Amino acid sequence: MPNTFDVIVLGGGPAGYVAAIRSAQLGMSTALIEKEKLGGVCVNIGCIPTKALLHSAYIARLLREAKDFGVDAGTVKTDYGVAMQRSRRVSDQNSKGVEFLMKKNKITVAKAAGVLQPGRKVKVGGEVYEAKKAVLIATGSRVKGLPQIGLEINKTTVISSDEALFLEKAPGSLAIIGAGAVGMEFADIFHAFGTKVTLIEALSRILPLEDVEASDTLTKSYKKRGIEVIPGAKVKKGTPGKDKVTLEIEAGGATQKFEVAAVLMAAGRAVNTEAIGLAECGVQVTDRGFIKVDQNLQTTAPGYYAIGDVAGPPMLAHKGSREGVYVTELLAGKKPQPIKYDNVPSVTYCHPEVASIGLTEDQCKERKLDYVVGRFPFSANGRARGTGETEGFVKILRDKKYGEILGAHIVGEHASELIHELAVARANEYTVEEVELAIYAHPTMSEAVAQAALDSLGRAIDM
Amino acid sequence: MATNVYMEALSPTMEEGRVVKWHKREGDAVKTGDTLAEVETDKAVMDLVARADGVLRQVSATEGQTIPVGNVVAVIAAPGETVGAAPAAAPRPAAPPGAVSGQRGPAPGDGSGERGAVPSVATSADATRVKASPLARRIAKEAGVDLKLVTGTGPGGRVTKRDLETARRGVQVEARPTAGQPTPQREVPLPAPRSQEIVSEGPAYDDVPLTQIRKTIAKRLVTSLGPIPHFFLTTEVDMERAAEARDALNKQLGDQGKVSFNDVIIKATALALVKHRACNAWFQEGHIRYWNEVHIGMAVAIEDGLITPVIWNADRKSLALIGREAKELAEKARSRRLQPAEYTGSTFSVSNLGMFEIDQFTAVINPPEVGILAIGSIVQRPVVMDGQLAPRRRVRITMSCDHRVIDGATGAAFLKTLKQMLENPLAMLL
Repeated sequence: MPNTFDVIVLGGGPAGYVAAIRSAQLGMSTALIEKEKLGGVCVNIGCIPTKALLHSAYIARLLREAKDFGVDAGTVKTDYGVAMQRSRRVSDQNSKGVEFLMKKNKITVAKAAGVLQPGRKVKVGGEVYEAKKAVLIATGSRVKGLPQIGLEINKTTVISSDEALFLEKAPGSLAIIGAGAVGMEFADIFHAFGTKVTLIEALSRILPLEDVEASDTLTKSYKKRGIEVIPGAKVKKGTPGKDKVTLEIEAGGATQKFEVAAVLMAAGRAVNTEAIGLAECGVQVTDRGFIKVDQNLQTTAPGYYAIGDVAGPPMLAHKGSREGVYVTELLAGKKPQPIKYDNVPSVTYCHPEVASIGLTEDQCKERKLDYVVGRFPFSANGRARGTGETEGFVKILRDKKYGEILGAHIVGEHASELIHELAVARANEYTVEEVELAIYAHPTMSEAVAQAALDSLGRAIDM
Repeated sequence: MATNVYMEALSPTMEEGRVVKWHKREGDAVKTGDTLAEVETDKAVMDLVARADGVLRQVSATEGQTIPVGNVVAVIAAPGETVGAAPAAAPRPAAPPGAVSGQRGPAPGDGSGERGAVPSVATSADATRVKASPLARRIAKEAGVDLKLVTGTGPGGRVTKRDLETARRGVQVEARPTAGQPTPQREVPLPAPRSQEIVSEGPAYDDVPLTQIRKTIAKRLVTSLGPIPHFFLTTEVDMERAAEARDALNKQLGDQGKVSFNDVIIKATALALVKHRACNAWFQEGHIRYWNEVHIGMAVAIEDGLITPVIWNADRKSLALIGREAKELAEKARSRRLQPAEYTGSTFSVSNLGMFEIDQFTAVINPPEVGILAIGSIVQRPVVMDGQLAPRRRVRITMSCDHRVIDGATGAAFLKTLKQMLENPLAMLL
């Protein structure tokens, strides 16, 4: 049977393509079905191109401040279109990389829309693929607008990240609705390219899921730079015109009305669960629209598994990839370690970067945990002073009795890299003392991690 | 440095163990992992293994002797080492100052948070390095838990915080039952009738001490038939079509295994329970736990009693897989090699005395479960079908119900579904 495989993966994003590779490594014949480019949102219209654009933004800011460092770059001119083109090349390279990995692992790739059918089958165009072991649903998610207040995405004046990533020019002014990771990153990018940015968040602070101190530091940093930040704001009405949008928002008891060239919707995502035959196969969804799964990520239909965004939050590429590995190892009869969902790092790549793992301080309070805070500011770190990147801090929440690292929060340059030391520590149940036991090279940003660990024990050296 | 050999808790409910046989003798060289002795627990005969390298000394427990968990039964000493007086049941011998060269450095995680010289748990003579995360070590140390007695589920079997939490909960949880059916007790012979004519040659009676498993069965059974208000429902099921289905399946399977009637009944029971959750429950202090998963306890007669190994998620397993698992578990049960995790946690039980030519019987509920099926022999009986007398293979199934949870109509509805499944095995595919 040419169309029979051990494992069929529906969706070629970071959950699906990683699952396909691991499946093939484990000796299972594997097919991957993807209707668009391999790599999914992450590689094509998400993580990867935004990181390219953020680096362009970083360079622009660096050059503007370079005079202080003895380098006069003159008047810095930026061109969003050029930065965008470069980000596209980066995405394409990554997508081709995934394609190469599919070939290398002898994975059958079908570039078409797949629809699930009962009996572990998937209809792909005119053909029907059949899985001997399992079908993995990894169809991911997409951006969503707020049609109830008139802000339906029209792709010209009301846009999502999907359009923002393909603009030839940075807009003169931009209101970003939603100050989670996506909103924060685009605020950083467009501000660096000369756009007047207004960042609007419904909850009481930007980055509402992060530790309060992280939100505070970023609020200060953005305001200092000239980005308008309006938290606790309710968008009452949005009226898109031909080349502008009139917004009416209510914040702090007052209503204000203003015009912007464009609105970027960065609030929330919807999972792709429509028209893929879920109901026909008995795959149920939760009240919130995610696919219902058990602890092995099997759906309500035996032989159908869900991984990545469709399987529930956190909707992060690296969480999806791990789920893909986990499920394929289960299918191959291995006994993978259960996924620790409380140990998935969360990173926002704005400047300064924000990275965290585990509980926030507020969550420790809510759970009535007996904890001690260890803190160390980068302003006291020699390396950070040298590079002029003194914004931010490392904050470690230590369990008072046993020294468990309950949570860690880093704001600062390279926070996205620094967090992994604490991810490894938590995954292996190291206590604060094991972190401190290591010898840290001097001078490095990483020393701030050790000093925060020491501070939680009441004996920081450099502060 | 000598290492004590303790009577270990080899099952979650074990309080004492009887030394069945020593595999190593006083003076034998032993290596970590070697079986020192066979110990009969309340559930099975298990191996007591060496936790250090050295020479076995001071064997203080004799074969047949029952020793409480935690007591010292021997010592493993270094070759040539003189061992002092019989060691007390201290949790761990203290390291004599400077006894071992190459001592490990200070361990992390001293409670005070200082760089104190806390001896690491594993010293070079006490070669029983327990794999555990630093956090688990710290918690175990403060809670006084011996990490050796905790099953690790982390990478490479290391003990994690979660394992300690599970172990702690396990101590509080009531022992899961093994009682399943009123097996014929191993009868203590009655005194011979005092008749002038009959002169017995042997003693008038033998006193047989209770084995650990008989003690447990006795304990469990009185907590069942005593306080649980049982009632019984019997139905007769036509097995002709189930027999045909089974034969067809076995033909298909060839030499890849065999499906028995019992496997078919287990699968049908599990599927019927999915539809009748009221019967798939545990009666517990203050609440009823209705299970969403179906784990079938399968009563297996063993030489000295019975035990109910569990077929996990039987409703979702194929008949072939159930057949394989049932065979494996029964073999393990008979050789008394079942691990505790394999005979605890069932949500409903099935007891089958068909092979003993019992037409029908009643089984004793396996608390905290609320129902058990007693399966009799499959026998040809004359049945009137469409006005004609026909020989049909029939089986009588009796369900014992806990009236605190199951009412007559509830149990009857479940049995009706089960009967329909067995009489029309294709329904199992729905």
